[in-house]
Amino acid sequence: MELGQSNQDVFAETLLELAMQDHNILVVTSDSRGSAKLVPFGQTLPDQIIEVGIAEQNLVGVSAGLASAGKKVFAVSPACFLTTRALEQIKNDVAYSDNPVKIVGISAGVSYGALGSTHHSLHDYAALRTINNIDIVAPADNFETREAVQAAINHPRPIYLRFGKKPMYHLHPLDTKFEIGRALTIHEGHDVTMIATGEPVTRALLAAQILEKEDISCRVISMHTLKPFDTETLLKAARETRAIITVEEHSVCGGLGETCASLLLRHRFCLPFQIVGIPDEYTVTGSQSEIFDHYGISAEGLAQTARQLLQMERQA
Amino acid sequence: MDIRALKLKSVEYRKTILDIIKHGGAGHTAGSLSCTDILNVLYNHVMNISPQNFTDPNRDRYIQSKGHSVEALYTVLADKGFYPREELYTLNRYKSHFIGHPTRKVPGIEQNTGALGHGLSMAVGTAIAGKKDGRSYRVFTLLGDGELAEGSSWEASMTASHYKLDNLVVIIDRNTLQITGRTEEVNSLEPLEDKFEAFGYEVRHVDGNDIAALVEIFGQVPFAKGKPNLIIAHTVKGKGVSFMEDAVKWHHKVPNDAEYQQAIQELNLSAEQVKAAV
Ligand SMILES: Cc1ncc(C[n+]2csc(CCOP(=O)(O)OP(=O)(O)O)c2C)c(N)n1
Ligand SMILES: [Mg+2]
Repeated sequence: MELGQSNQDVFAETLLELAMQDHNILVVTSDSRGSAKLVPFGQTLPDQIIEVGIAEQNLVGVSAGLASAGKKVFAVSPACFLTTRALEQIKNDVAYSDNPVKIVGISAGVSYGALGSTHHSLHDYAALRTINNIDIVAPADNFETREAVQAAINHPRPIYLRFGKKPMYHLHPLDTKFEIGRALTIHEGHDVTMIATGEPVTRALLAAQILEKEDISCRVISMHTLKPFDTETLLKAARETRAIITVEEHSVCGGLGETCASLLLRHRFCLPFQIVGIPDEYTVTGSQSEIFDHYGISAEGLAQTARQLLQMERQA
Repeated sequence: MDIRALKLKSVEYRKTILDIIKHGGAGHTAGSLSCTDILNVLYNHVMNISPQNFTDPNRDRYIQSKGHSVEALYTVLADKGFYPREELYTLNRYKSHFIGHPTRKVPGIEQNTGALGHGLSMAVGTAIAGKKDGRSYRVFTLLGDGELAEGSSWEASMTASHYKLDNLVVIIDRNTLQITGRTEEVNSLEPLEDKFEAFGYEVRHVDGNDIAALVEIFGQVPFAKGKPNLIIAHTVKGKGVSFMEDAVKWHHKVPNDAEYQQAIQELNLSAEQVKAAV
């Protein structure tokens, strides 16, 4: 696999290219342009960036107003502040009022590592998933990022895009077709399926490579869109493989894993199943990758979870 | 402690701040240097807070709303004896409690902060409780100037004056910079004094990097009966190291070896100057 850029970098580059063609595209920032890699955007298109200072609630409200006047608005700030502090603005001013703002959460999940829990967003899928009229996309690699940003421009509904800080491996062949709401299978397999979203998708793929050497065939799905959810791809995995593991950079409560669990049960599937994410506890301190490893969001940790599920299935 | 001893402490604190940020590989360098003298005077001259009295309900309270400048706070708390100085060198390490924003897992810290715009409300609550219980403690909180864009600061200010909290001392680290650039270019704050006065504070200005001036101004608290106290501390971001002073890029930058050496040399020199002065 080849290492690319951080998804945030690709987001900022793509947006600059698009905004140079379309002056109706605006970026709104809250002292966040540096972290969001939008300094070149501000320099190249100073008339297309609006700065509100360190005020995330204001950021989202202002963005809603701009969108209602026909602007294509990207409201960009660290995911942690944007989706907690400005949650009411997202719910009322954006989603409920149907102002199609593109809410962009940067340095998401535990990207900020040792800056601690104030800077982690482990609740955003759960919070936004329960709000009607906002779609949720967490790209895994540079390709998905570029496609998601392009698709967001004319997306008819409010949308939340979630990006991390680390350079990502390229996961897809260039001829892949990307569509919001349609998962991408990046590795075929028939014993076990890993459904992952965002940056951990790479780790799931590495786990599949470990398992392959042990003659365990592991399907890996990038579930980049959490809403609207690709139920069909989930149910197909439940029919065709014997166990399912979900992997997310989010609390194990209310995110990808619980979405899958509820859909599986509603469709009467009962199979070995595990949600891998950040448990409901005081999050261990350290860098993003130390936190991932600590909670088993690692190639070896995920491979071990797969072995255990298949063992359970054989014993049942 | 006399002014000279406090000045020497500030130099030592600045050296430690740079040392642990360099060792930990990350930190909010310039903002920590900007508020070093304020923390020094608060903890060593003004507030009755020590490891011995930290569970005493009558102790003064300090809540650092600009939580990102935590390296300054960790350094001062180590010097106060809350934990051994060596622990500072676990900053940012796996499983260390010394992370990039204040947490109560570290002894001496009152509140977990780091998301801007929270400290003042918590300080207001603690000050109201002090009044209700007839306690003599005072509540100090330090805010960044960029942080003032958060509306919550102004909501809390209304509550502070409504409840006549003269036991509350709000300090603004007015270094005129935030991440993107000058506060006045990013999101203008001025006329700041008029705003605070309109919100019911008794306002004072001070050179926030002048130990003697800080000692003097804190000695005047409470400024007026029945009004919350607000100090606009005019500071220099990155204070004490020539190339970090007033330079926006040092907000969250770690010095390389050469920069570190030069910074320590400059600080050693200023310690010599303090010692030489009569
Ligand atoms: C709610 C919130 N939004 C954004 C940030 C990111 N952030 C950390 S420090 C900072 C700039 C702070 O500037 P200022 O308040 O002036 O502090 P100082 O200059 O003293 O470092 C920002 C935007 C944050 N920590 N919390
Ligand atoms: Mg400032």
